[in-house]
Amino acid sequence: MRRRKDLLALGALALGVGCVPLIVESQYQLSVGVFIAIHAVVTIGLCLLMGYAGQISLGHAAFYGLGAYTSGLLTTKFGVDPWLAMAAAIGLTGAIAYAFGGPILRLRGHYLAMATLAFGIIVYLAFVEFKDFTGGPSGLPGIPRLAIGGFAFDNDAKFFYLAWAAVVAALLVSLNLVNSRVGRAFRAIHGSEVAAETLGVDTARLKLKVFTLSAVYAALAGSLYAHYLTFVSPAPFGFIASVEFVVMAAVGGLASIWGAPFGAAAVTLLTEAIRDLMPRVFAYASGEHEVIAYGLLLILIMIFMPEGLTAGTLRLVRRARGAA
Amino acid sequence: MTAPEQLLQLVLAGLTQGAIYALIALGFVTIYNVTGIINFAQGEFAMLGAMFIVSLVPLGLPLPVAFLLAVAAVVLVGGAIERLAIHPARHASVVTLIIITIGVDIVLRGLALLVWGTDPFPLAPFSTGAPFSVRGAVISRQALWILGTTAAILALLYVFFEFTYLGKAVRACAINRLSARLSGIRPDRMSLLAFCLSAGLGAVGGIVMAPLTLVSYDMGLYLGLRGFVAAIMGGLVSAPGAVTGALLLGILESLSAGIFRAAYKEAIAFLALFLILLVRPQGLFTRAVGTRAGL
Repeated sequence: MRRRKDLLALGALALGVGCVPLIVESQYQLSVGVFIAIHAVVTIGLCLLMGYAGQISLGHAAFYGLGAYTSGLLTTKFGVDPWLAMAAAIGLTGAIAYAFGGPILRLRGHYLAMATLAFGIIVYLAFVEFKDFTGGPSGLPGIPRLAIGGFAFDNDAKFFYLAWAAVVAALLVSLNLVNSRVGRAFRAIHGSEVAAETLGVDTARLKLKVFTLSAVYAALAGSLYAHYLTFVSPAPFGFIASVEFVVMAAVGGLASIWGAPFGAAAVTLLTEAIRDLMPRVFAYASGEHEVIAYGLLLILIMIFMPEGLTAGTLRLVRRARGAA
Repeated sequence: MTAPEQLLQLVLAGLTQGAIYALIALGFVTIYNVTGIINFAQGEFAMLGAMFIVSLVPLGLPLPVAFLLAVAAVVLVGGAIERLAIHPARHASVVTLIIITIGVDIVLRGLALLVWGTDPFPLAPFSTGAPFSVRGAVISRQALWILGTTAAILALLYVFFEFTYLGKAVRACAINRLSARLSGIRPDRMSLLAFCLSAGLGAVGGIVMAPLTLVSYDMGLYLGLRGFVAAIMGGLVSAPGAVTGALLLGILESLSAGIFRAAYKEAIAFLALFLILLVRPQGLFTRAVGTRAGL
């Protein structure tokens, strides 16, 4: 029953999103749509990790960046085929997450948050410092686009379909996982790790698996990013980016995978809107002021809707109806 | 300079920097002990303190007055944050509270950017005169101010927590919230006090540091993360541990910048944090304990 509902919703999402490039003509709007999709893929993984396994990561931009840089490096410096580079990016990032995840995930709460944060910043500094490989702060240009045979994903509309196909695939895999025995075990871990252990759940192994999976999602998104922009630089993979992904997951709501694409869309659109609006309100404001509204929103949502925007709104609507 | 002199120079520079980290680390420890929250916005208190004083001094205020006003202003900000952002969500989960303090950090940094812009501000040293020479190494007058202020603050904190009623109430709250409550101490008042105290500590750190570097809106995250690394090194619940951790971190950073490239200084704090969390998450000096305990 649950699965049928999910499949229907997935079909509806695919259909709805599929129509967007037919209606929207503006390249800018399509490119925002592509970024929503890329962010959504990362957020889905983070949602699995935070919402289902109950583990926080403040370093996911590192995996996103590792995916982007692996793709970029292999294609520009070694002439590897973009698809192969993408597979390598996913494999390598997954392996790194698996290797570090073991010791990191023994930590809980604040300690886990800080360890992932430190990991993220170290990786970011590596992007900046290893100039011979990464091009340092000025970045790595000339990354080739993805293509199948003679068909290249060389404009916003074509890439829009590719990016959203990745979202649908990520959702499908995650929903399958969540509705399986493993998914129930995750929820048990979230409820109480000790209780889950006593029921025979190998919590350490499961946490490591979901951590690796979320890193793989981030790497996939990073690789898509690299082949879409054809350029990578360290800036989008820093601490703030890690926080943004956590915000997207939290805004969407951690109780359900379905929150992730909505959280990604809400935050990405909000960022764009504020970037557009702020300079008009404050004449001397540069783009960076958008962070104030961003931080305020984060605080308000966490205080008033800790279960996320979608579930929180539903609750408010229900309460309003109950009162009326 | 000979090699031992150079080493001494680096150690002195590290101690000075470490003294600033110590004030911020103590802020982390105070809030964590009383409320169980890691306050990600801790470094912004230092940034605000520094920003306030560089704005107040040009108005013609004498330095001690500007110092006190700046600290008082940041204490108010700390109290406001506790009341507006932390108190309403005090029953929420750790993840929620982490995200809230990150939100606070972002807002404070954004506001600072809006008010003061991206230009860095200078501040004259507290006293003028030639630097002192110690066995071939040079120590500036401002470095002495920093070390002296930190030592004075530590002494004040010791007296506060050991000998005053209020300080003992805060400690009681850190040791056992429920029993503290049963003896008539209001934990939420103590939480407010902890935030004000931490804000003040951070502000003092930022102010004494201001003459050594340029003050800019984005200095908070950098300082906050280092203060946190120091607090973790000391085991997160222990004030003497945090101070020791901070001085060690300062020296470690200074040595690595002197011996290797300056760029590695950036990474060393996080590498240290990462390794400590993996190897000894209970801190370098403490034995593993199950709960948060006294300051």
